[in-house]
Amino acid sequence: MSVWNKQRREEEPSGPFSANSLRPAPPALPVETKKEATTLSSISSMPVGRTEQDTSRGGAATIGKAVKIVGQIFSREDLFVDGDVEGTVELMEHKLTIGPNGNIHAGIKAREVVALGAIQGNVEASDRIEIRKDAKLVGDIKTARIVIEDGAYFKGSIDIVKTEPRVAPAPLRHQAAAATPIAAPVPAQASAAEAKR
Amino acid sequence: MLLSDRLKSILRGPVPLSAASPAVTDMGRPRIAAGSGKNEILRTRASRGLEQFVGSLRELSGLAILDLGGANQENVNFITSLGHKFYSEDFLRIFQEIFAGDRADQSNPSRIEYFLGQVLDYPDEQFDGVMAWDLLEYMEPALLSAAIDRLARILKPKGYLLAFFHSDDHMDTVPCYSFRIEDPRNLQVCEYGNRAPSQLFNNRRLEKLFQKFESVKFFLTRECLREVIVRK
Repeated sequence: MSVWNKQRREEEPSGPFSANSLRPAPPALPVETKKEATTLSSISSMPVGRTEQDTSRGGAATIGKAVKIVGQIFSREDLFVDGDVEGTVELMEHKLTIGPNGNIHAGIKAREVVALGAIQGNVEASDRIEIRKDAKLVGDIKTARIVIEDGAYFKGSIDIVKTEPRVAPAPLRHQAAAATPIAAPVPAQASAAEAKR
Repeated sequence: MLLSDRLKSILRGPVPLSAASPAVTDMGRPRIAAGSGKNEILRTRASRGLEQFVGSLRELSGLAILDLGGANQENVNFITSLGHKFYSEDFLRIFQEIFAGDRADQSNPSRIEYFLGQVLDYPDEQFDGVMAWDLLEYMEPALLSAAIDRLARILKPKGYLLAFFHSDDHMDTVPCYSFRIEDPRNLQVCEYGNRAPSQLFNNRRLEKLFQKFESVKFFLTRECLREVIVRK
Protein backbone atom coordinates (compact mmCIF):
# COMPACT_ATOMS: atom_id res chain seq x y z
CA MET A 1 0.00 0.00 0.00
CA SER A 2 1.30 3.45 -0.81
CA VAL A 3 2.24 6.09 1.71
CA TRP A 4 -0.40 8.41 0.25
CA ASN A 5 -3.11 5.92 1.14
CA LYS A 6 -1.84 5.54 4.69
CA GLN A 7 -1.96 9.28 5.28
CA ARG A 8 -5.49 9.47 3.90
CA ARG A 9 -6.74 6.77 6.24
CA GLU A 10 -5.25 8.52 9.27
CA GLU A 11 -7.18 11.65 8.40
CA GLU A 12 -10.49 9.78 8.29
CA PRO A 13 -12.48 9.75 11.53
CA SER A 14 -13.02 6.22 12.78
CA GLY A 15 -16.61 6.60 14.09
CA PRO A 16 -19.17 4.41 12.37
CA PHE A 17 -21.62 7.23 11.72
CA SER A 18 -19.18 9.72 10.28
CA ALA A 19 -20.06 11.31 6.99
CA ASN A 20 -16.80 10.07 5.48
CA SER A 21 -17.69 6.45 6.04
CA LEU A 22 -20.62 6.89 3.67
CA ARG A 23 -18.53 8.57 0.99
CA PRO A 24 -17.77 6.37 -2.04
CA ALA A 25 -14.21 5.05 -2.11
CA PRO A 26 -11.84 7.10 -4.27
CA PRO A 27 -10.83 5.48 -7.54
CA ALA A 28 -7.72 3.42 -6.98
CA LEU A 29 -5.93 0.35 -8.28
CA PRO A 30 -8.14 -2.77 -8.12
CA VAL A 31 -5.87 -4.52 -5.60
CA GLU A 32 -5.88 -1.55 -3.24
CA THR A 33 -9.65 -1.18 -3.45
CA LYS A 34 -10.07 -4.80 -2.39
CA LYS A 35 -7.76 -4.32 0.59
CA GLU A 36 -9.59 -1.22 1.73
CA ALA A 37 -12.93 -2.92 1.57
CA THR A 38 -11.65 -5.76 3.76
CA THR A 39 -10.06 -3.49 6.32
CA LEU A 40 -12.92 -1.07 6.71
CA SER A 41 -15.80 -3.50 6.53
CA SER A 42 -16.24 -3.73 10.29
CA ILE A 43 -16.53 0.02 10.59
CA SER A 44 -18.38 1.11 7.53
CA SER A 45 -20.62 -1.79 6.68
CA MET A 46 -23.25 -0.83 9.23
CA PRO A 47 -23.88 2.71 8.06
CA VAL A 48 -23.78 1.67 4.43
CA GLY A 49 -26.25 -1.15 5.11
CA ARG A 50 -28.50 1.23 7.01
CA THR A 51 -28.47 3.67 4.15
CA GLU A 52 -29.68 1.01 1.70
CA GLN A 53 -32.42 -0.06 4.07
CA ASP A 54 -33.44 3.47 4.78
CA THR A 55 -34.01 4.06 1.10
CA SER A 56 -36.22 0.97 0.71
CA ARG A 57 -38.22 1.54 3.93
CA GLY A 58 -38.58 5.25 3.44
CA GLY A 59 -36.13 6.13 6.20
CA ALA A 60 -37.74 3.98 8.89
CA ALA A 61 -35.94 2.15 11.66
CA THR A 62 -36.15 -1.57 11.11
CA ILE A 63 -36.70 -4.63 13.27
CA GLY A 64 -35.61 -7.51 11.09
CA LYS A 65 -37.41 -10.79 10.67
CA ALA A 66 -34.98 -12.73 12.86
CA VAL A 67 -35.50 -10.38 15.81
CA LYS A 68 -37.89 -10.87 18.71
CA ILE A 69 -38.58 -8.09 21.18
CA VAL A 70 -40.52 -8.48 24.40
CA GLY A 71 -41.32 -5.23 26.16
CA GLN A 72 -42.18 -1.67 25.32
CA ILE A 73 -41.14 0.13 22.17
CA PHE A 74 -41.29 3.92 21.99
CA SER A 75 -40.10 5.46 18.79
CA ARG A 76 -39.66 9.00 17.59
CA GLU A 77 -39.16 7.92 14.01
CA ASP A 78 -41.01 5.66 11.58
CA LEU A 79 -40.60 1.98 12.32
CA PHE A 80 -40.68 -1.11 10.11
CA VAL A 81 -41.25 -4.38 11.99
CA ASP A 82 -40.63 -7.62 10.17
CA GLY A 83 -39.90 -9.66 13.30
CA ASP A 84 -41.80 -10.57 16.47
CA VAL A 85 -42.85 -8.00 19.03
CA GLU A 86 -44.68 -8.68 22.25
CA GLY A 87 -45.68 -5.86 24.60
CA THR A 88 -46.57 -2.34 23.51
CA VAL A 89 -45.55 -0.23 20.55
CA GLU A 90 -45.91 3.55 20.64
CA LEU A 91 -44.95 5.90 17.82
CA MET A 92 -47.33 8.72 18.52
CA GLU A 93 -46.30 10.98 15.65
CA HIS A 94 -44.94 8.37 13.30
CA LYS A 95 -45.73 5.54 10.96
CA LEU A 96 -45.54 1.86 11.88
CA THR A 97 -45.29 -0.70 9.11
CA ILE A 98 -45.65 -4.37 9.93
CA GLY A 99 -43.90 -6.30 7.20
CA PRO A 100 -45.12 -9.56 5.70
CA ASN A 101 -43.08 -11.56 8.23
CA GLY A 102 -43.99 -9.28 11.11
CA ASN A 103 -45.91 -10.71 14.03
CA ILE A 104 -47.05 -8.24 16.65
CA HIS A 105 -48.71 -9.31 19.84
CA ALA A 106 -49.08 -5.89 21.35
CA GLY A 107 -51.15 -2.80 21.78
CA ILE A 108 -50.20 -0.25 19.14
CA LYS A 109 -50.41 3.53 19.15
CA ALA A 110 -49.16 5.38 16.09
CA ARG A 111 -50.04 8.13 13.68
CA GLU A 112 -50.28 5.70 10.81
CA VAL A 113 -50.24 1.91 10.70
CA VAL A 114 -49.71 -0.24 7.63
CA ALA A 115 -50.22 -3.96 8.22
CA LEU A 116 -48.87 -6.58 5.87
CA GLY A 117 -48.25 -9.21 8.54
CA ALA A 118 -50.06 -10.28 11.69
CA ILE A 119 -51.25 -8.12 14.58
CA GLN A 120 -52.96 -9.31 17.69
CA GLY A 121 -53.87 -6.39 19.91
CA ASN A 122 -55.73 -3.13 19.89
CA VAL A 123 -54.60 -0.48 17.45
CA GLU A 124 -54.94 3.28 17.78
CA ALA A 125 -53.93 5.05 14.60
CA SER A 126 -54.59 8.75 14.97
CA ASP A 127 -54.42 9.35 11.22
CA ARG A 128 -55.03 6.12 9.32
CA ILE A 129 -54.62 2.38 9.18
CA GLU A 130 -54.17 0.19 6.13
CA ILE A 131 -54.77 -3.54 6.33
CA ARG A 132 -53.25 -5.09 3.25
CA LYS A 133 -54.59 -8.19 1.53
CA ASP A 134 -52.54 -10.88 3.28
CA ALA A 135 -52.55 -9.19 6.66
CA LYS A 136 -54.26 -10.59 9.72
CA LEU A 137 -55.52 -8.32 12.46
CA VAL A 138 -57.31 -9.47 15.57
CA GLY A 139 -58.17 -6.58 17.85
CA ASP A 140 -60.09 -3.36 18.13
CA ILE A 141 -59.21 -0.43 15.92
CA LYS A 142 -59.60 3.23 16.73
CA THR A 143 -58.68 5.50 13.85
CA ALA A 144 -59.72 8.42 11.68
CA ARG A 145 -59.47 6.56 8.37
CA ILE A 146 -59.22 2.92 7.40
CA VAL A 147 -58.33 1.02 4.25
CA ILE A 148 -59.00 -2.72 4.13
CA GLU A 149 -57.90 -4.65 1.09
CA ASP A 150 -59.85 -7.66 -0.10
CA GLY A 151 -58.39 -10.84 1.33
CA ALA A 152 -57.30 -9.31 4.62
CA TYR A 153 -58.48 -11.07 7.76
CA PHE A 154 -59.92 -8.82 10.40
CA LYS A 155 -61.66 -9.78 13.61
CA GLY A 156 -62.63 -7.01 15.97
CA SER A 157 -64.27 -3.64 16.01
CA ILE A 158 -63.67 -0.42 14.14
CA ASP A 159 -64.31 2.90 15.79
CA ILE A 160 -63.91 5.86 13.49
CA VAL A 161 -62.76 8.84 15.50
CA LYS A 162 -63.40 12.14 13.81
CA THR A 163 -60.30 14.25 14.21
CA GLU A 164 -60.60 18.00 14.48
CA PRO A 165 -59.26 19.70 11.39
CA ARG A 166 -55.70 20.83 11.90
CA VAL A 167 -54.97 24.53 12.04
CA ALA A 168 -54.13 25.56 8.51
CA PRO A 169 -50.48 26.50 8.11
CA ALA A 170 -51.36 29.48 5.88
CA PRO A 171 -51.96 32.01 8.66
CA LEU A 172 -48.65 31.06 10.22
CA ARG A 173 -46.92 31.83 6.94
CA HIS A 174 -48.66 35.19 6.85
CA GLN A 175 -47.40 35.87 10.34
CA ALA A 176 -43.91 34.84 9.33
CA ALA A 177 -44.10 36.99 6.22
CA ALA A 178 -45.35 39.89 8.28
CA ALA A 179 -42.53 39.40 10.74
CA THR A 180 -39.80 39.27 8.10
CA PRO A 181 -39.66 43.00 7.25
CA ILE A 182 -39.17 43.85 10.92
CA ALA A 183 -36.31 41.42 11.29
CA ALA A 184 -32.86 42.25 10.04
CA PRO A 185 -32.40 41.58 6.32
CA VAL A 186 -31.16 38.06 5.64
CA PRO A 187 -28.71 37.31 2.86
CA ALA A 188 -30.30 35.51 -0.08
CA GLN A 189 -28.21 32.34 0.35
CA ALA A 190 -29.00 31.98 4.03
CA SER A 191 -32.73 32.40 3.55
CA ALA A 192 -32.70 29.80 0.78
CA ALA A 193 -30.93 27.37 3.09
CA GLU A 194 -33.51 28.04 5.80
CA ALA A 195 -36.32 27.47 3.36
CA LYS A 196 -34.77 24.10 2.47
CA ARG A 197 -34.68 23.18 6.10
CA MET B 1 -53.52 4.02 -28.94
CA LEU B 2 -51.07 2.91 -26.29
CA LEU B 3 -49.80 6.42 -25.90
CA SER B 4 -53.26 7.86 -25.47
CA ASP B 5 -54.10 5.26 -22.80
CA ARG B 6 -50.91 6.13 -20.96
CA LEU B 7 -51.69 9.81 -21.27
CA LYS B 8 -55.16 9.17 -19.89
CA SER B 9 -53.77 7.31 -16.91
CA ILE B 10 -51.30 10.11 -16.21
CA LEU B 11 -54.06 12.70 -16.38
CA ARG B 12 -56.25 10.56 -14.16
CA GLY B 13 -53.55 10.53 -11.51
CA PRO B 14 -52.77 7.78 -9.01
CA VAL B 15 -55.44 5.18 -8.36
CA PRO B 16 -56.62 5.23 -4.73
CA LEU B 17 -56.25 2.03 -2.76
CA SER B 18 -59.97 1.60 -2.39
CA ALA B 19 -60.26 1.38 -6.16
CA ALA B 20 -58.09 -1.70 -6.07
CA SER B 21 -61.09 -3.69 -4.90
CA PRO B 22 -63.47 -4.83 -7.63
CA ALA B 23 -65.54 -1.98 -8.96
CA VAL B 24 -69.27 -1.77 -9.38
CA THR B 25 -70.83 -2.55 -12.74
CA ASP B 26 -73.94 -1.14 -14.32
CA MET B 27 -77.16 -2.17 -12.65
CA GLY B 28 -77.72 -5.86 -12.99
CA ARG B 29 -75.06 -6.33 -15.65
CA PRO B 30 -72.61 -8.91 -14.41
CA ARG B 31 -68.94 -8.95 -15.31
CA ILE B 32 -65.84 -10.88 -14.38
CA ALA B 33 -63.90 -9.12 -11.68
CA ALA B 34 -60.50 -8.03 -12.85
CA GLY B 35 -57.48 -9.21 -10.94
CA SER B 36 -59.32 -11.23 -8.34
CA GLY B 37 -58.14 -14.53 -9.76
CA LYS B 38 -61.34 -16.23 -8.60
CA ASN B 39 -63.58 -15.53 -11.60
CA GLU B 40 -65.86 -13.45 -9.45
CA ILE B 41 -68.97 -12.05 -11.06
CA LEU B 42 -70.08 -8.69 -9.80
CA ARG B 43 -73.41 -7.02 -10.09
CA THR B 44 -75.39 -4.46 -8.22
CA ARG B 45 -78.96 -5.14 -7.24
CA ALA B 46 -81.64 -3.55 -5.15
CA SER B 47 -82.17 -5.09 -1.72
CA ARG B 48 -85.38 -4.53 0.19
CA GLY B 49 -83.94 -6.43 3.13
CA LEU B 50 -80.97 -4.10 3.32
CA GLU B 51 -83.26 -1.09 3.00
CA GLN B 52 -85.30 -2.24 5.97
CA PHE B 53 -82.20 -3.09 7.98
CA VAL B 54 -80.57 0.28 7.30
CA GLY B 55 -83.87 2.04 8.00
CA SER B 56 -83.74 0.62 11.51
CA LEU B 57 -80.24 2.02 12.06
CA ARG B 58 -80.63 5.47 10.58
CA GLU B 59 -82.45 7.23 13.33
CA LEU B 60 -79.77 6.54 15.89
CA SER B 61 -75.99 6.72 15.99
CA GLY B 62 -73.36 4.93 18.02
CA LEU B 63 -74.96 1.52 17.49
CA ALA B 64 -72.97 -1.70 17.46
CA ILE B 65 -73.27 -3.56 14.16
CA LEU B 66 -71.75 -6.98 13.53
CA ASP B 67 -70.87 -8.08 10.01
CA LEU B 68 -70.33 -11.83 9.78
CA GLY B 69 -69.14 -11.65 6.18
CA GLY B 70 -65.61 -10.48 7.01
CA ALA B 71 -64.52 -6.89 6.69
CA ASN B 72 -64.62 -5.17 3.36
CA GLN B 73 -64.04 -1.53 2.60
CA GLU B 74 -67.57 -0.81 1.39
CA ASN B 75 -69.36 -2.19 4.44
CA VAL B 76 -66.93 -0.56 6.85
CA ASN B 77 -67.37 2.79 5.12
CA PHE B 78 -71.12 2.54 5.04
CA ILE B 79 -71.68 1.51 8.64
CA THR B 80 -69.11 3.89 10.12
CA SER B 81 -70.40 6.78 8.00
CA LEU B 82 -73.73 6.37 9.80
CA GLY B 83 -71.86 6.91 13.06
CA HIS B 84 -72.01 3.30 14.19
CA LYS B 85 -69.31 1.00 15.50
CA PHE B 86 -68.45 -1.78 13.08
CA TYR B 87 -67.63 -5.27 14.30
CA SER B 88 -66.25 -7.85 11.94
CA GLU B 89 -66.13 -11.64 12.01
CA ASP B 90 -64.95 -13.74 9.10
CA PHE B 91 -67.56 -16.40 9.79
CA LEU B 92 -67.05 -18.46 6.66
CA ARG B 93 -63.26 -18.58 6.94
CA ILE B 94 -63.43 -19.87 10.52
CA PHE B 95 -66.25 -22.24 9.60
CA GLN B 96 -64.13 -23.77 6.86
CA GLU B 97 -61.03 -23.89 9.05
CA ILE B 98 -62.84 -25.68 11.86
CA PHE B 99 -65.13 -28.05 10.00
CA ALA B 100 -63.21 -28.38 6.73
CA GLY B 101 -66.19 -29.87 4.94
CA ASP B 102 -66.90 -32.45 7.66
CA ARG B 103 -70.68 -32.40 7.99
CA ALA B 104 -70.82 -34.95 10.79
CA ASP B 105 -68.55 -32.74 12.89
CA GLN B 106 -71.21 -30.02 12.77
CA SER B 107 -73.38 -32.14 15.05
CA ASN B 108 -70.66 -32.65 17.64
CA PRO B 109 -71.59 -30.48 20.66
CA SER B 110 -67.99 -29.76 21.70
CA ARG B 111 -67.04 -28.76 18.16
CA ILE B 112 -70.14 -26.57 17.93
CA GLU B 113 -69.22 -24.86 21.19
CA TYR B 114 -65.65 -24.37 20.02
CA PHE B 115 -66.82 -22.84 16.74
CA LEU B 116 -69.27 -20.48 18.41
CA GLY B 117 -66.54 -19.50 20.86
CA GLN B 118 -64.40 -18.48 17.92
CA VAL B 119 -66.93 -16.43 15.97
CA LEU B 120 -69.74 -15.37 18.28
CA ASP B 121 -68.02 -14.95 21.61
CA TYR B 122 -69.68 -11.72 22.70
CA PRO B 123 -71.56 -10.63 25.80
CA ASP B 124 -75.32 -10.93 25.80
CA GLU B 125 -77.21 -8.08 24.13
CA GLN B 126 -74.10 -6.50 22.68
CA PHE B 127 -75.35 -5.73 19.17
CA ASP B 128 -78.05 -3.57 17.69
CA GLY B 129 -77.79 -5.27 14.33
CA VAL B 130 -76.19 -8.33 12.78
CA MET B 131 -75.56 -8.84 9.07
CA ALA B 132 -75.43 -12.59 8.57
CA TRP B 133 -75.86 -12.47 4.76
CA ASP B 134 -76.24 -16.02 3.39
CA LEU B 135 -73.88 -17.64 5.89
CA LEU B 136 -76.52 -19.39 7.99
CA GLU B 137 -77.36 -21.52 4.99
CA TYR B 138 -73.94 -23.17 5.07
CA MET B 139 -74.61 -24.96 8.35
CA GLU B 140 -76.07 -28.33 9.25
CA PRO B 141 -79.22 -28.28 11.45
CA ALA B 142 -77.52 -28.83 14.83
CA LEU B 143 -74.92 -26.15 14.27
CA LEU B 144 -77.43 -23.76 12.77
CA SER B 145 -79.79 -24.11 15.68
CA ALA B 146 -76.97 -23.41 18.16
CA ALA B 147 -75.79 -20.43 16.09
CA ILE B 148 -79.30 -18.94 15.98
CA ASP B 149 -79.57 -19.31 19.75
CA ARG B 150 -76.25 -17.52 20.17
CA LEU B 151 -77.27 -14.76 17.76
CA ALA B 152 -80.49 -14.27 19.69
CA ARG B 153 -78.44 -13.89 22.85
CA ILE B 154 -75.97 -11.33 21.55
CA LEU B 155 -78.64 -9.19 19.88
CA LYS B 156 -80.21 -6.44 21.93
CA PRO B 157 -83.99 -6.46 22.35
CA LYS B 158 -85.48 -4.81 19.23
CA GLY B 159 -82.21 -5.47 17.42
CA TYR B 160 -82.30 -6.68 13.81
CA LEU B 161 -80.71 -9.58 11.97
CA LEU B 162 -80.34 -9.57 8.19
CA ALA B 163 -79.99 -12.97 6.54
CA PHE B 164 -80.41 -14.40 3.05
CA PHE B 165 -81.63 -17.85 2.07
CA HIS B 166 -82.13 -19.46 -1.30
CA SER B 167 -85.81 -19.80 -1.96
CA ASP B 168 -85.80 -22.70 -4.42
CA ASP B 169 -85.74 -25.81 -2.26
CA HIS B 170 -84.92 -28.13 -5.17
CA MET B 171 -81.49 -26.74 -5.95
CA ASP B 172 -78.51 -29.11 -6.07
CA THR B 173 -75.98 -26.32 -5.98
CA VAL B 174 -76.22 -22.69 -4.95
CA PRO B 175 -73.86 -19.84 -5.80
CA CYS B 176 -71.35 -18.54 -3.25
CA TYR B 177 -71.75 -14.84 -2.65
CA SER B 178 -70.11 -12.00 -0.85
CA PHE B 179 -72.10 -8.85 -0.27
CA ARG B 180 -71.01 -5.22 -0.17
CA ILE B 181 -73.23 -2.31 0.67
CA GLU B 182 -73.26 0.26 -2.08
CA ASP B 183 -75.95 2.50 -0.64
CA PRO B 184 -78.96 2.03 1.64
CA ARG B 185 -80.94 0.36 -1.14
CA ASN B 186 -78.34 -1.43 -3.25
CA LEU B 187 -75.94 -4.26 -2.71
CA GLN B 188 -72.93 -5.21 -4.75
CA VAL B 189 -73.13 -8.96 -5.08
CA CYS B 190 -69.95 -10.80 -5.79
CA GLU B 191 -70.51 -14.36 -6.99
CA TYR B 192 -67.66 -16.86 -6.94
CA GLY B 193 -68.34 -20.48 -7.76
CA ASN B 194 -70.96 -22.84 -6.38
CA ARG B 195 -71.48 -25.04 -3.37
CA ALA B 196 -73.89 -27.72 -2.31
CA PRO B 197 -76.45 -26.31 0.13
CA SER B 198 -76.59 -27.82 3.58
CA GLN B 199 -80.23 -26.92 3.98
CA LEU B 200 -82.81 -25.05 1.97
CA PHE B 201 -85.66 -23.21 3.62
CA ASN B 202 -89.22 -22.32 2.72
CA ASN B 203 -91.13 -19.65 4.61
CA ARG B 204 -92.51 -22.08 7.17
CA ARG B 205 -89.09 -23.51 7.99
CA LEU B 206 -87.68 -20.02 8.33
CA GLU B 207 -90.43 -19.01 10.71
CA LYS B 208 -89.66 -22.08 12.77
CA LEU B 209 -85.95 -21.34 12.69
CA PHE B 210 -86.48 -17.84 14.03
CA GLN B 211 -89.29 -18.66 16.43
CA LYS B 212 -87.40 -17.11 19.35
CA PHE B 213 -87.49 -13.73 17.66
CA GLU B 214 -90.34 -11.27 17.79
CA SER B 215 -90.94 -10.84 14.07
CA VAL B 216 -89.74 -12.21 10.73
CA LYS B 217 -90.17 -10.45 7.37
CA PHE B 218 -89.38 -11.93 3.96
CA PHE B 219 -88.51 -10.30 0.66
CA LEU B 220 -88.12 -12.44 -2.43
CA THR B 221 -85.51 -11.38 -5.00
CA ARG B 222 -85.16 -12.22 -8.68
CA GLU B 223 -82.15 -14.43 -7.91
CA CYS B 224 -84.34 -16.85 -5.94
CA LEU B 225 -83.05 -15.42 -2.68
CA ARG B 226 -85.27 -14.82 0.28
CA GLU B 227 -84.08 -11.78 2.21
CA VAL B 228 -85.07 -12.09 5.81
CA ILE B 229 -85.25 -9.38 8.45
CA VAL B 230 -85.64 -10.69 11.93
CA ARG B 231 -86.34 -8.56 14.98
CA LYS B 232 -85.57 -9.74 18.45
